Amino acid sequence: MQLIKRSCGVVWMIAGVALMALLFRIAVQEMSNKPQIDTWIQWIVFLIVFIPILAGFIIFGYYAVTGEYDNI
Amino acid sequence: MNQTISTRGIWRVIGASSAGTLIEWYDFYIFGSLATVIANQFFPKTNPTAALLSTLATFAAGFIVRPFGALVFGRLGDLMGRKNTFLLTLILMGGSTFAIGLVPGYESIGFAAPLLVLLLRLVQGLALGGEYGGAATYVAEHAPPGKRGYYTSWIQTTATLGLFLSLGVILLTRHLLDSDPATSIQKFNNWGWRIPFLVSILLVIVSIYIRLKMEESPLFKKLKASGKTSSNPLKESFGHKANLKMVLLALFGAAMGQGVVWYTGQFYAQSFMENVCKVGFDQSRTILIWAILFATPFFIVFGALSDRLGRKRIMLAGMLLAVCLYRPVYRQMLQTAEVPALPAVTRTAVDGGSQRIALENGFQYTTQTVSGNSIATDKQLAPGSYWIMVGLVFIQVLLVTMVYGPIAAFLVELFPTRIRYTSMSLPYHIGNGVFGGLTPFIATLLTTTYADNKLIGLWYPIVVAAFCFVIGLLYLSNRTDTDVTD
Repeated sequence: MQLIKRSCGVVWMIAGVALMALLFRIAVQEMSNKPQIDTWIQWIVFLIVFIPILAGFIIFGYYAVTGEYDNI
Repeated sequence: MNQTISTRGIWRVIGASSAGTLIEWYDFYIFGSLATVIANQFFPKTNPTAALLSTLATFAAGFIVRPFGALVFGRLGDLMGRKNTFLLTLILMGGSTFAIGLVPGYESIGFAAPLLVLLLRLVQGLALGGEYGGAATYVAEHAPPGKRGYYTSWIQTTATLGLFLSLGVILLTRHLLDSDPATSIQKFNNWGWRIPFLVSILLVIVSIYIRLKMEESPLFKKLKASGKTSSNPLKESFGHKANLKMVLLALFGAAMGQGVVWYTGQFYAQSFMENVCKVGFDQSRTILIWAILFATPFFIVFGALSDRLGRKRIMLAGMLLAVCLYRPVYRQMLQTAEVPALPAVTRTAVDGGSQRIALENGFQYTTQTVSGNSIATDKQLAPGSYWIMVGLVFIQVLLVTMVYGPIAAFLVELFPTRIRYTSMSLPYHIGNGVFGGLTPFIATLLTTTYADNKLIGLWYPIVVAAFCFVIGLLYLSNRTDTDVTD
């Protein structure tokens, strides 16, 4: 079980990075397709809110890999 | 040793906490429920800046401000005490809600109107961010071990009941302003919408009075007396690995999935009925009201059950069922709202060349031409279909009770007393305010992009809940921490 928890930690870290890249890509695409101030505001808010959350997800994955959740 | 109070005492604590929390949820939801009416009054589309402020009010209040409120008031609650902090959140919420009801419209005071409403909406989000953590912590720290899930589940009813109350007050006000239904709705849209905001102050005053009479949490009093309160709850909560890892686990293993299930089962269900199934305004809301009424007792059932079976099992079961059932349930909702192949009994011409058609089983709808195609809108379901729809929404609210009933006790038990308010508030409000609050937006975005697939919007809550289920299954413990005095 500990091995599964730690191995999955790598998955969470990769997923966090991938989701961050995807979010940036969609944000840039949407802001380019609709260059209006309220579209820009929406996507800037998403970036401000989700980047720290995804950073937290990467940290969560790191903690999993290093065994911090082995004995919860 | 966990200090507990008499049974009568705990019910006073629950009553004082729940009343105020329910009012705060009501105050927060009436704004969202009346978004279209408020937009017409304060954010006219003809003024781009006002429309921009509307976007800010909608997004910033939920996404940024709630978690920020969790940090601000969580910190205060761990420094000053639970009682004073969640008294402050109640005053802020009540005051800002009442003030929204008083702000003159854009036509009267111009640009100042949307600016004021935006600021007041931000204050609402801030106050809500501080309320829940305080109320849940306050009740949990009074509850006896072995019954914490049961007693805190009463707080868990308040969000859904706040929604129920907001829908009910809005519907009643909308129909009682004039004997003629159309005139009543027109009056509501012009000035009657202010009534739900203004009446909340009476309920807030009563709640403040009740909370003023309450004692501080016994655990916090003991902590303060022994000089062991945290000097920097934010740093302790998020700057030390031992606690940060639990905050992250609480978010990704529980609150994230709980948030999307909560919003899908209530807000998205109502929006789906109205905007996709084309059920009329009133029925889409009364269906939700009935479903909430029937399902609300199950918050208590699952909260109590979590005391016996463990919080993890109940919450994850709810998430797994949501992942498996959303698509078939929503498919059935679409089928239930389809126009039956029955002869029309009456056809009445309405404005714009449309027709209002009534079928022999009681089903009614208005025809509308969109892009050259005639579609059925403003549907009024026949009685049989109406109750089937109630049943389908009831299933979703039941899943809400499974994921939400135990979570207050779960979050309280994860964190030590000295930083509990701070630590539990942030994952909760990110899970609900951000992940849950985004559900309508992302669902609409998906539905607009892939217009032929009416169920595409469900993939967001399904994927998020599935992720959370896997993480919770792997990393959460099902052990219940009976001692919250640490």
